[in-house]
Amino acid sequence: MKHGRYPFIIGFLIVPVAIYGTFVVAAYLQAFQLSFTNWRGFSPDVNYIGFDNFTKLFQDDTFWKAIRHHALLLVFLPLFTIVLALFFSFLLNVGGGSKGGRTRGVWGSKFYRVVFFFPQLLALALVAVIFARVYSPDESGLINGILNQFGSGPVLFLADKNLALWSILAVLVWQAVGFYVVLFSAGMGSIPTEIYEAAALDGATRGTLFFKVTLPLLWNTLQVAWVYLGIAAFDAFALVNVMSVDRGGPDGATTVLGLEIFRNMQDYAQFGYASAMGVVLFFLTITFAALTLRVTRRESVEL
Amino acid sequence: MTNLRTDVSAPPPGTVPYPGRRHAATASGSKREIKLFSGFAHVALAVWGILVIAPLIWVVLASFKSNTEIFTHAPFSLPSKLSFETYKTAWTEAHIGRYFFNSVFVVALSTTGTMVFGSMAAYVLARYKFIGNRFIYYLFVSGLAFPVFMAIVPLFLILQNLNLLNTYTGLILVYIAYSLPFTVFFMTAFFKTLPEQVAEAAIVDGASHTRLFFQVMLPMAKSGLVSITIFNVVGQWNQYLLPVAIMQGQGADQKWVLTQGIANISVSAGYQANWAALFAALTLSILPMILVYAFFQRQIQSGLTAGATK
Repeated sequence: MKHGRYPFIIGFLIVPVAIYGTFVVAAYLQAFQLSFTNWRGFSPDVNYIGFDNFTKLFQDDTFWKAIRHHALLLVFLPLFTIVLALFFSFLLNVGGGSKGGRTRGVWGSKFYRVVFFFPQLLALALVAVIFARVYSPDESGLINGILNQFGSGPVLFLADKNLALWSILAVLVWQAVGFYVVLFSAGMGSIPTEIYEAAALDGATRGTLFFKVTLPLLWNTLQVAWVYLGIAAFDAFALVNVMSVDRGGPDGATTVLGLEIFRNMQDYAQFGYASAMGVVLFFLTITFAALTLRVTRRESVEL
Repeated sequence: MTNLRTDVSAPPPGTVPYPGRRHAATASGSKREIKLFSGFAHVALAVWGILVIAPLIWVVLASFKSNTEIFTHAPFSLPSKLSFETYKTAWTEAHIGRYFFNSVFVVALSTTGTMVFGSMAAYVLARYKFIGNRFIYYLFVSGLAFPVFMAIVPLFLILQNLNLLNTYTGLILVYIAYSLPFTVFFMTAFFKTLPEQVAEAAIVDGASHTRLFFQVMLPMAKSGLVSITIFNVVGQWNQYLLPVAIMQGQGADQKWVLTQGIANISVSAGYQANWAALFAALTLSILPMILVYAFFQRQIQSGLTAGATK
């Protein structure tokens, strides 16, 4: 086993490590470095300006708008998605009542699962284009076309400051629910039916079954779901970039950090400032993930 | 449940409830409750099913309509005639065909690269002890914690310095690089589960380390490889931020991938936009996904959820 070990190990690692080092590790390290400069891409020498980018950032209204939007998405994206997905997967798995002492899923549960999951396969950019049309403010939009049939006035989903972000949130939920239905269904499927039967024999209602049996046994999966959806809430770039009125509008009502980073890089060539935003985004994400895992930690129930 | 049961099984006043009778009544009561619940379940599930499918059907219907029809007719009305004119426009004038094949080309190469390099690294990290093993492993895995947005500015500059901006090579290498953390993480765990004896036997038989990997270990890791390949294909096919950041500059629109191309048609469409062609373009990009999904739905579901269950 010893013969030719090191040449082999090096031979196998060199390409992946080189690619990863060049495009990922170097990029992340440079992001920290650039965030302390005012580099704009032209001059060969780079000026270090300490924490100036960050102080400027914390006085930037647009930045705080973006943060508020992330906060809203961070609360409601996981909340709506998980509640809906839990509800549907519970119906799918134990909605059919029991036959011969076994709780079953509703008839056609496999079909529902296949349909629900499909949006997950579509690129977020594609979903954004579809829903930009669905939300269209005139009769050519799906929703306003239907409202028009009933003689109801058009709703300006994306042009109304108070509605725009919620409309985008709805699209995120639309796409995500199916994935979590499949995930939770897998989790529920691994709960032994005897537990349900025992609880049912003791006279537990479906509500009790759900809250006292299903939820505690699914806790780890729920935790993972919350972290995943939270991380998605820090993104939303594709949707906002494609759907929103003048990218992040109306009047900054939908902007997110990803979009601001992109704008500062592409339109204003503010490489240092954009990097500082990236660094802040990193610390926000990592704090969120660590906090969630810590706060929601419980004794996991072993089966 | 309790409400329903008392309603149905409450004995009429004055009768003495026989134990047996009471039991029967409860059973029929709970049967009724089940029917009700299952009916409610079907309604709730069907509503969500319709919410998922309706926009997609609407897109397909609208792709056959004329622009006037889209504006004046009900959203789910049938198109007045079946014409593929809009599809021709979408394919040639809006370049959907080109974008589609660009995507196929990029993803074919980048996923292959990801799987080859990812499993090579994962294999060595999982089964060989050497100095720096843990360091390299954690270097790869830590990539999972960083948002891509943070890297986007330096990445742009790195590619510019290497003259790889606006090239397929650059895009493919970047796709590979950003898919490695998860691929290495997952495949390392997978290679660790493979039995030691087979490897030892192969070495005794005189197989080299390289041959052992390609002829013994890779075939044994097939199920893991399939899951992660699907995961990477879908992830890279749907990538939007990276191509938007990398494929720009002169003549970039010839090299765009599908997500970029479609998003651009939508964003740059003014008031006189040919919406029908946009809907045709959307249909053309959704259709292959439906076909692939129809054949591989089980593998796709388990491949995409692999990340969350590990």
